[in-house]
Amino acid sequence: MDSFAILPQQLVFGIALGTVYSLIALGYTLVYGILFMINFAHGEVFMIGAYLGWGLLTWLLSAQLSSLHPLWVLPLLLLQGMIGAGLVGLSLEFFAYRPLYKRGATRLGPLISAVGASIFLQNLVMLTQGARMKVYMTSLLFPPSWRLQVAGVNISALLIVITLTSTLLMFGLHYLVQHTTLGRAMRAVAEDREMAEIVGVKVWRVIAATFFLGSSLGGAAGVLVGLYYTQIDFFMGYSAGLKAFTAAVLGGIGNIRGAMLGGLVLGIAESLAVTFMNPAYRDVITFAILILTLIFRPTGLLGERLSEWEKL
Amino acid sequence: MSLWMQRTALFLLTLAAPHLVPNDYWIGVLTRICLYTTLALGLNVVVGFAGLLDLGYVAFYGIGSYIYAFLASPHFALHLSFWVALPLTVAIAAVSGILLGAPTLRLRGDYLAIVTLGFGEIVYLLLINGDRPVNITNGVNGILGIDPPRLGSLTFSRNHEYYYLFLAFLLLALLISTRLAHSRIGWAWQAIREDEVAARVMGINTTKAKLQAFAVGASFAGIGGGLLASWQRSVFPDNFLFYESINILAMVILGGVGNLAGVVVGATLLVALPEIFRGFHRYRMLAYGLMLIVLMIFRPRGLFEGNRVGRREPETSTLEEETLSLVEPGPPVGQ
Repeated sequence: MDSFAILPQQLVFGIALGTVYSLIALGYTLVYGILFMINFAHGEVFMIGAYLGWGLLTWLLSAQLSSLHPLWVLPLLLLQGMIGAGLVGLSLEFFAYRPLYKRGATRLGPLISAVGASIFLQNLVMLTQGARMKVYMTSLLFPPSWRLQVAGVNISALLIVITLTSTLLMFGLHYLVQHTTLGRAMRAVAEDREMAEIVGVKVWRVIAATFFLGSSLGGAAGVLVGLYYTQIDFFMGYSAGLKAFTAAVLGGIGNIRGAMLGGLVLGIAESLAVTFMNPAYRDVITFAILILTLIFRPTGLLGERLSEWEKL
Repeated sequence: MSLWMQRTALFLLTLAAPHLVPNDYWIGVLTRICLYTTLALGLNVVVGFAGLLDLGYVAFYGIGSYIYAFLASPHFALHLSFWVALPLTVAIAAVSGILLGAPTLRLRGDYLAIVTLGFGEIVYLLLINGDRPVNITNGVNGILGIDPPRLGSLTFSRNHEYYYLFLAFLLLALLISTRLAHSRIGWAWQAIREDEVAARVMGINTTKAKLQAFAVGASFAGIGGGLLASWQRSVFPDNFLFYESINILAMVILGGVGNLAGVVVGATLLVALPEIFRGFHRYRMLAYGLMLIVLMIFRPRGLFEGNRVGRREPETSTLEEETLSLVEPGPPVGQ
């Protein structure tokens, strides 16, 4: 009965974490939708976002500013994490992937290159920042006393902020893809790259923009996860990346709404797993979901491809 | 010099190798080269011959090591002889290859890669958490006190003895690989790699052929795992991290996917180079990641491209054609 008592609390965690998974998953889905490649280094982009947020927060704290109100600090952290991670994504696309496609890559090539980029970025961060974990001083920004008590469930201000921020960013992306010129160009490239080129879409510019967008969402997720778990290290992108990829596949890779749904489902499934099973096997649940989805419904819950979003 | 003379010279060189290196440490490096070449040859069957991108090859390596450790250590108080335990290990590894391969048969290249990666992670997680509720794998502490191999009155203990043992298994793996490449099943694999639909049309049972590729690949990993356990005399979950899969894959790719000589050179280079540059070992993985990217850009088919067994024309996927057509300007509209 103990398990059932903590279930509502775990579900709240699961939903908050799920929105963050969705945010990272969008990065995979955007790139896959447009280039049909799994950007394996996306987890590292997320990790770099977390480090950037940590760097800025630590600097702000050491600058002894009179009051650090989350109202201005959080947007600042997010903005910096997003721009930084977006630039990392841009350079990945430019240095590691574009030359491959321009030379006529095999299917294997970009994936191996992405794995190489992932190893490279991890070690770059380890060598420059050290292998020890960094600590986010979250409690100075969001005092633990800021929380709601709803029907015996503790909901901290931070959890609400995380869920709201991710949801806002996701709707922002949705708007961008559906209602702007860039979004229309992205959908066009995903639908038929050659045709898009012929009608005047600057295809590589659109691809670069897609990488920037996806990576900046990953960077924002990095800051949020850093604030939530308070401890970050250079290896955090690996498992987070795999989980977000699972979320993307679960919802239907290439499908924006699918990534959102997949993240939520995965977050909730994990919180259930932690509640009712040995927490050590939490990651086994993730991989089991991934494998079962791929075997029984390889197109995911909502079907594949970015362009079909329009038709739905 | 004829091909046979070259081969004989090379063979004599490998026999003499332990006496040509400065110290015991380097004999250990040579032994590792043999071990990794055997593993890379196994992965080459899956990735190179059959074209199935397996990112979780380490799962079979780990399974092999642990099975050997179960069969020949005080952990379960089983002390089978090396010559009984190793074949058993290989058989179990092959079965695990079929079991893990079966669910992935319908998947496309990159999905297959991720599912195999998932299997690799699951095996690692099971190894590291397998001490509760029932102690099977002894968790993070690993399994210690594994029996060394015995041959007649000789109990293997020194590196150069292991070197010759490992070399023998490497040559066996090489022989099997060569024979397979030019066998019916080898041709079937290559046909699947080039065009799966066409292969099926030609009457190849692709399901069976793919499973055979997984089984052969996994049994090589079983050999490697058993050898590692008997040499290290202990196994730990951390021997079987994801990066080991990537390491072995890089060996296959560096030399040229599907090219046997390339695989041998790739494995030798990737084991030896980090040893030579040991002083810079902090930067080893950094350089490694960079190397993978640069290699994919400039030599996407490996150092020995073009010698690939059964290859006739460059591989093109539909995606590749699409991308190529992006680079070249299309015909002017309206002419």
